Amino acid sequence: MATSTSGAAWKSGDVVSDQFPAGLRVLVVDDDPTCLMILEKMLRTCLYEVTKCNRAEHALSLLRENKNGFDIVISDVHMPDMNGFKLLEHIGLEMDLPVIMMSADDGKDVVMKGVTHGACDYLIKPVRIEALKNIWQHVVRKKKNEWRELEQSGSVEEGDRSAKPSEDADYSSSANEGNWKSSKKRRDEDEEAEERDDTSTLKKPRVVWSVELHQQFVAAVNQLGIDKAVPKKILELMNVPGLTRENVASHLQKYRLYLRRLSGQHQTSMNNSFINPQEASFGAMTSLNGIDLQTLAVAGQIPAQSLATLQAAGLGRSTAKPGIPLPLVDQRNLFSFENPKLRFGEGQQQQQQHLGTSKPVNLLHGIPTSMEPKQLTSLHQSAQSLGMNMQVNTHGAQNSSLLMQMNQPQSRGQILNDTASSHVPRLPTTQTIVSTGLASGVLGRNGITNNGRGAGYNPVMQNSSMLNFPNGFPLGSASTMSGLPSQGSFQEEVTSEVKGSVSFAASYDIFNDLNQHKSNDWDIQNVGLTFDASQQSNSIPSGSLDLVHQGFSGSQRNMPVRNQSNVGKPMYSIGDIGHGNAQNTSQHLNTLLGDNSIRIKTERNTDVLADNGFFPEQFGQDDLMSALLKQQEGITPAENQFDFDGYSMDNIPV
Amino acid sequence: MERNQSRRQIAVTRQSLFDQGFLDEQFVQLEELQDDANPNFVEEIATLYYRDSSRLINNLEQALEKSPLDFNKLDNYMHQLKGSSTSIGAKKVKAECTQFREYCRTGNGEGCVRTFQQLKKEYGLLKRKLEAYFQMVRQAGPSQVACRPK
Repeated sequence: MATSTSGAAWKSGDVVSDQFPAGLRVLVVDDDPTCLMILEKMLRTCLYEVTKCNRAEHALSLLRENKNGFDIVISDVHMPDMNGFKLLEHIGLEMDLPVIMMSADDGKDVVMKGVTHGACDYLIKPVRIEALKNIWQHVVRKKKNEWRELEQSGSVEEGDRSAKPSEDADYSSSANEGNWKSSKKRRDEDEEAEERDDTSTLKKPRVVWSVELHQQFVAAVNQLGIDKAVPKKILELMNVPGLTRENVASHLQKYRLYLRRLSGQHQTSMNNSFINPQEASFGAMTSLNGIDLQTLAVAGQIPAQSLATLQAAGLGRSTAKPGIPLPLVDQRNLFSFENPKLRFGEGQQQQQQHLGTSKPVNLLHGIPTSMEPKQLTSLHQSAQSLGMNMQVNTHGAQNSSLLMQMNQPQSRGQILNDTASSHVPRLPTTQTIVSTGLASGVLGRNGITNNGRGAGYNPVMQNSSMLNFPNGFPLGSASTMSGLPSQGSFQEEVTSEVKGSVSFAASYDIFNDLNQHKSNDWDIQNVGLTFDASQQSNSIPSGSLDLVHQGFSGSQRNMPVRNQSNVGKPMYSIGDIGHGNAQNTSQHLNTLLGDNSIRIKTERNTDVLADNGFFPEQFGQDDLMSALLKQQEGITPAENQFDFDGYSMDNIPV
Repeated sequence: MERNQSRRQIAVTRQSLFDQGFLDEQFVQLEELQDDANPNFVEEIATLYYRDSSRLINNLEQALEKSPLDFNKLDNYMHQLKGSSTSIGAKKVKAECTQFREYCRTGNGEGCVRTFQQLKKEYGLLKRKLEAYFQMVRQAGPSQVACRPK
């Protein structure tokens, strides 16, 4: 992922240029000075730009210092300080550059090892210049794939990087946010001992994963088992002072991606499905993309390209729209920047709590904790970036985190389905709409689980997508318009959830579309929102947190709680939005949870179910919001109203 | 006239190195890399090779005196030696390296020792041959670069 920017560089023009392979930046690593010198000369003869290095560790630090300084790495396999495969692993994890291994060893097993570790080529020494003349193809290939991957998943790093410009804008947008941010930053700094060069910007700090650290990490993961390895446990096992769960989580994510690359699609479909949600947490927008595309792509059910095109189309549209203040990309960036926090804070906490103590309450706890400044900011950010203010945001955030959870238990997909289906008839005042929605939701869940297993997703998706459109929009508007009873709101939510859940992929498209359409209006409105609202946000959190808690504890009391919160904060500041979302979600959760916990004894399942419900919700909400937007665009006087409307919709029925 | 003769002599010497199996195609690769920027590239590489590999030879020597033999270590050293030998096209040395590693794999200490002696012999022989050859080339002057058959 890391190479994406350099990739962009290549993509953008260099590839096309006549002299393309000339100037290819090659890092050669070999402890043998003779080989190194010969290689250097050969590579220079190929007109490449050569950096040579006789130690793997040194190479790694070179690469780390200048992540975009190289296009390709050629490394010897046998090196005294670090096995070439280790180096390969690190490069794969951290920079994701194409790596060519070379060795005098031509044993099949060694070559195989190189391939399985992700080497793009394996050269037998003596290396001939003819082989080196061709290595640029790996760079191009990698970029090409990466680009596709990027489109599918909205890669982490890329998001990070491109986030920089837009971040500032966000910060400046409101004083409060700034506060949030800085407090968050402080926390991060405290937490992350090995923080690197990012302190100057309010960027996500990085931990340098040294070889030793990584080995510890791998050992911990192996001990836990890759499927069961959650950041917290890994962190405990590693027992490295200064290392945070966030660090571990992000590394774990990369590691999983790395493993996925290694082991092909089928084996890892479980992992993948797990990974993807995590990635999803990077941004509601992209994450959605990421989720769908990746899960699907990974599972191999949807041709990656079609997805890519979908996304590309989406992107293209969004950017094509004139007068969009924040192009999609920006949104994505924002997200990806912030989401790590989100993911870590919420996702992990929730995850762990979920998994560790399988109470339905955990989820709820998870949310409150996640509502700390850090997360709030992230919520804000997500809110801003996404442009679907409160609801979407929190949903997005939580959804993503939930997603993670959801996926972990994925192995028990069956159970999920069962619970879901069992849930359907039991919904108290579910009207037909709801039930259908739920049914579709079940479908969606099936899809998800299937996804994990890599079978039969497509049909489900398509069906669900069919369902989604109709359900989502009409329902949203209907429920809001008619002012259904309290359950009505439920239904609304449920349906939206359903819709979301149903169409991992399909609703995805919808989502994109919506976003793009929205992006115009929404962004603008959001901007206004953030500014106005931000003032109030600070004071409120704690209260809202409490509220959230309450809501959670008493599952049936959600509505009142929510109302209170709303009343308390008529103006939805960003922070509030976040809270509001949290509340909303919590309510959703509660309702769902309540139902589940009552009826289904297995708490975990309930959680899962709730999660499922949740995740979708986002989509649904989006749709709803967009629908609302369209309906109320003309009517709503102020910017805030927008949020408010969206929000009040929920509230009104209650 | 004299110059032409020395050139021819160089060409003959060079060819004999190939014909007698001391060098292989990789050496030609090195020659082809020689250009204005590095007019003595091949010699530089050979010098570098002998400087670096003598260290490995010493390591191997010491490792072979140990009892019991650490075949892993031996194999490791030999792998390195093989890597660089192969890179300069030292065909016979490379063959001995391969043989040595084979003995390492089968745990044949005696074979290792015997092969190592043979390796040292080839290694030294090639060194002398190359030294003589490069000296000839040097004396013949820079235009000598072009002597290889195209």
